Amino acid sequence: MSYIRAENISKQYGNGDATVMAIQDIDFTVESGEFVSIMGESGAGKSTLLSIVGAMNPPSSGKFVVDEIDVYHLGSEKRTDFRREFIGFVFQSFHLVPYLTVLENVMLPLTTVKATKKRKRTLAEEALDQVGLTGKEQRLPSQISGGEKERVAVARAIVNDPPVLLADEPTGNLDSKTTHEIMDLLQRLNQEGTTILMVTHSQDCAAYAERILRVSDGRLIEGEGLVEALCLDRKIPLTGAGGLMLRA
Amino acid sequence: MNLRDIAFKNLLRRKAKALFVLAGLAIGVSTVVALISFVDAMTENINHKLEKYGANILIVPKTENLSLTYGGLSLGGVSFEMQEIREQDLAKIQSIKNAANVAGLGPMVFGVVNVEGNRVLLAGVDFEANWILKPWWKIDGTIPGEKGLVLGSETAVVLGLNQGSPVTIRGRQLTVSGVLKPTGSQDDQLIFMPLKTAQAILNKEGLVSMAEVAALCKDCPIEAMVKQISDVVPGAKVMAIQQVVKGRMEALSQFKKFSYGVSIVVVLVGSLVVLVTMMGSVRERTEEIGIFRAIGFRKSHVFKIVLLEAGFISAAAGILGYLAGFVVAKGAIRLFSESGGASIQPSFELLGGSFVLAVLVGLMASVYPAYLASRMDPNQALNAI
Repeated sequence: MSYIRAENISKQYGNGDATVMAIQDIDFTVESGEFVSIMGESGAGKSTLLSIVGAMNPPSSGKFVVDEIDVYHLGSEKRTDFRREFIGFVFQSFHLVPYLTVLENVMLPLTTVKATKKRKRTLAEEALDQVGLTGKEQRLPSQISGGEKERVAVARAIVNDPPVLLADEPTGNLDSKTTHEIMDLLQRLNQEGTTILMVTHSQDCAAYAERILRVSDGRLIEGEGLVEALCLDRKIPLTGAGGLMLRA
Repeated sequence: MNLRDIAFKNLLRRKAKALFVLAGLAIGVSTVVALISFVDAMTENINHKLEKYGANILIVPKTENLSLTYGGLSLGGVSFEMQEIREQDLAKIQSIKNAANVAGLGPMVFGVVNVEGNRVLLAGVDFEANWILKPWWKIDGTIPGEKGLVLGSETAVVLGLNQGSPVTIRGRQLTVSGVLKPTGSQDDQLIFMPLKTAQAILNKEGLVSMAEVAALCKDCPIEAMVKQISDVVPGAKVMAIQQVVKGRMEALSQFKKFSYGVSIVVVLVGSLVVLVTMMGSVRERTEEIGIFRAIGFRKSHVFKIVLLEAGFISAAAGILGYLAGFVVAKGAIRLFSESGGASIQPSFELLGGSFVLAVLVGLMASVYPAYLASRMDPNQALNAI
């Protein structure tokens, strides 16, 4: 069985005439250790899909399973525990806590974990080392660059070694050089065994993934909405003339 | 890094809001402390003054007749058959429930004697007890021994006697040891001598005509003591000098009630300040709380963070409020204490009470904001992107 399974998931907001179908009848699977990109226009439903995958937004119908756990059958607090143990989030706007240092921001997911202060600190320092931020532990978010903030966000997402990393436009606010650094970092984490689902507008970034799910008007397009909605070989151009080459 | 660190660091970041909550609570606590300290000091002061007023309970023999005197004016020709109280019955007063509150007990025996051709009222008193019962007494001379006596100021003039003058009363040779300075009371027209001597002269050994009691305490009503004394001295009528005690105590009691009312209002306003500010703070931190929830903080963790913040501020407000209230009460007591006799001392009980009050009010006012924060949907963090 696949590590992540979304079965016929729909999400609607509002009711009556004001009903909006954010996503509709979405099915896909992700294997453990895969790197999958989710692409689509603004308002297509990518972020809704990511929030459902992130165990934060119960679907209106359908089933979402991770590691044989029916996520939305868990109670609210159990689902919180699930998020802590299974999922690392990298948000587009970094969402670092401004009054905590870089090290403390990275330690946040460990706050409620039973471990000594020293152990938590060591784990956070290791995570910062992985993203290349050793030496900047005591700086505040306001004292580091955008690229460094994104690295801190990645370090925070991986500090408790979650099996799944969710990234929502992780390079949306970065220049191209930093974008590639961050994408290389995500690819490295994936190679080390982390399953990654990444929402992006950027085809260049999507090219780092092994597989792309394209969402349009709340549905997965191409591949009849099945798991392999859009699976591209890395050497084949994603788009037509002028399209970007997917990276190996 | 734990929840406490997060709460503390957030307070340091939002100094203005934290100070606003701190001020709101501290003002409430300081008002309560100032009022309680002030009322306590004034009560103490009034009690002290009342003690100076001397006796406030009279024990007289029961009688079936009505008195025919008013304001010192006696409507002549009517004499009473004077009954007496047994001295040994008075000793039972030391066994009543509030015996510890009896500051002084002064038995007195009266009789009319002829001195130098004048009929004079002779009073036998316990001079030791009299210093408590009649602290305004001042004697030109010395306290009389077994064969001495003290003359009231008018008596000395009428009899033409001074300190050291020999006096013969019912065949006993006595000496004037002193003259009482004018008191403006009936005491000016009497002759005073030790109780035992007077009892012997008047042939009333073991008997007393009346007794005065100085009794006062903050927390026991004078009526209760009157009842207790009546129970142990059955042949006597026990009366409280109500005007002195009741008037002052009632005024103080009214002020106390007013103080508590003001305190409650101020504390309520303080708790509203905390509630509104914490609500604002929680709303401002929607994104941050959403992130906490998204990365695995349970509702209870978020709830705790908000309450910890409130707890830190409240604890500080409790201590600062006590100190401010103490200073205010010190200032107020200087203004309001007529004779300057009242004073306020630091009280660890009040400090502890202020601390507990501030923390309780702060936490209770923060429960709802904490609840709202803990219920926040983590999805909001993503929606904010």
